[in-house]
Amino acid sequence: MSGWLLPRDRDPVGRTDRPIRITVDGEPVTGIAGQSVAGMLLAAGWTSWRTTRSGAPRGVFCGIGACFDCLLTVNDVPDVRACRRPAADGDEIRTQSREENA
Amino acid sequence: MNVVIVGAGPAGLAAAEHALWAGAQVTVLDQAETPGGQYHRMLPDAYAAKRPERVQHGRAEFDRRRRVLAHPRCHWWPGSAVWAFDRAEKAVHILRGQSDGGGRRRLTLVPDALILATGAHDRTLPFPGWELPGVYTAGAAQALAKGERVAIGERVLVAGAGPFLLPVAESLLGVGAEVVGVLEANPFSTVRKGWSSRPWRLAAHAGKAGELARYATTLARHRIPYRLGRAVIEARGVDRVREVVTARVRADWSVVPGTERTYEVDAVCVGHGFVPQPELAVAAGCVLDDGFVRVDAAQRTTVDDVFAAGEITGIGGAVTAAAEGAVAGCVAAGGEPSPELIRARDRALAFADRLATAHPIGAAWRSWLSEDTIVCRCEETTYGELTRAAEDTVCPGPHALKLGTRAGLGPCQGRICGPTVSELRGGTERHHRPIVQPIRLGELAARTEGEPG
Ligand SMILES: Cc1cc2nc3c(=O)[nH]c(=O)nc-3n(C[C@H](O)[C@H](O)[C@H](O)COP(=O)(O)OP(=O)(O)OC[C@H]3O[C@@H](n4cnc5c(N)ncnc54)[C@H](O)[C@@H]3O)c2cc1C
Ligand code: FES
Repeated sequence: MSGWLLPRDRDPVGRTDRPIRITVDGEPVTGIAGQSVAGMLLAAGWTSWRTTRSGAPRGVFCGIGACFDCLLTVNDVPDVRACRRPAADGDEIRTQSREENA
Repeated sequence: MNVVIVGAGPAGLAAAEHALWAGAQVTVLDQAETPGGQYHRMLPDAYAAKRPERVQHGRAEFDRRRRVLAHPRCHWWPGSAVWAFDRAEKAVHILRGQSDGGGRRRLTLVPDALILATGAHDRTLPFPGWELPGVYTAGAAQALAKGERVAIGERVLVAGAGPFLLPVAESLLGVGAEVVGVLEANPFSTVRKGWSSRPWRLAAHAGKAGELARYATTLARHRIPYRLGRAVIEARGVDRVREVVTARVRADWSVVPGTERTYEVDAVCVGHGFVPQPELAVAAGCVLDDGFVRVDAAQRTTVDDVFAAGEITGIGGAVTAAAEGAVAGCVAAGGEPSPELIRARDRALAFADRLATAHPIGAAWRSWLSEDTIVCRCEETTYGELTRAAEDTVCPGPHALKLGTRAGLGPCQGRICGPTVSELRGGTERHHRPIVQPIRLGELAARTEGEPG
């Protein structure tokens, strides 16, 4: 385990959780409405979803859209910053690669 | 008067409020769906939080401030990324719609006055392993915890420089992470000297002192060590961070040999301060000083009818940002700022000065780097490649350096490595990007839809 979403019953802000489901490379991932794609992936145990030119893994770094480390493909549109994009129920996410020989 | 404000953080909202008071028509744009910027970060509407004030500091102030967005002379455009500024036409180019989505609407506005309040992002100095997944900026940890209630890890180390590390640690605790320590690289002597010089001015910042005391209590209650003069010098792991190495550092941040300590963690967040996001100001032709937008006492930039406020002009926290925004809004709308408004802004600037002297970046940080440490995350340019290219007398200058090493040419376009690369070269020049935000070719080709009221 690494990242997680604080459970609703322990969260003093008093949230209402509406479950949503997306797929990442075909694998189902669940979260709640309002989460960013990055937040959903982190809470589901992913730490990386992109590879660099050398093939090294990358995920979230800056969290606010400045570093472009978290790029992925959402419903066939590539290069979406996962940290800036609210997830929508049914989104089909694909991980991306910048590898030179890929 | 028709005033356009880019950014709905503390600076932009205060600017809107004061421009409205001075009688202007105001349009506020932000790429985010909710107003507030970094400091007043809101939980998503879909969470329908009953007690958002539990995680949002200064919520009452924010609720008052954001009400300006509902003013009859104010247009509020969330989800609007400003991607360019056309100097000749003085036109602000906007893409409105889902973040990085296809099919966004292209719009332009031609304001009488433009206020830039685009804020800052974290500065994280490189260290071996900082590119591993599981290494985050302090701001990322904060954004996810405060804005989404997501913890970046179970066992987290928080390190770097500046008082911002404290709210980050508090927010991590708030989402159930274990914080193994908070490390400030500057020694006690530097921090004390910075904060307590000119003590007669401290009274003006009593609110801040109270906030710091609260963080200190929280750390103590959770028995979290807060260490000064200690820094993260390496992160280790194969495909993600497993452990991090810290060491004692001297006042100039050189490592004291033999003081290394290893922590087992699944996440580490590091912030060494903030870097302004001046891309729009650069596009508008504004003069920068050391990366920050140059403004006069009325928050005017060097370009007519373009104003700047908040962390793009200097790093001083939310109160400073708002105080600058108030002056900018008033002047941009053709008003005369009251002496109180100017005094409040100048007091806030004094706080920014203290912040900078209390938490400087020590010049010897590069002693952490080894030949193969990645400096440009996007293009994976190493320290060794950069120093070799910088010493190459055949092609001197930043452009040759970029082309030779590809540093700064990747997806982030030098946002993250820019300040570091220019510092390693011994210069301060940083920003040349005329495009503020990336835009798809299809969107560029699409017809502009004109200027809605
Ligand atoms: C990730 C992060 C988290 C932070 N969290 C805290 C915190 O919890 N507590 C604290 O005291 N300080 C925090 N800070 C420090 C914070 O930067 C300032 O104190 C304060 O928010 C600065 O106010 P501002 O109005 O200058 O900018 P910001 O609050 O950063 O607001 C700038 C706004 O401009 C928008 N913007 C930028 N470029 C564009 C564009 N091209 N088009 C459209 N919109 C654009 C952004 O979306 C943003 O909403 C944080 C900083 C960062 C980077
Ligand atoms: S994490 Fe930096 S852009 Fe998304």
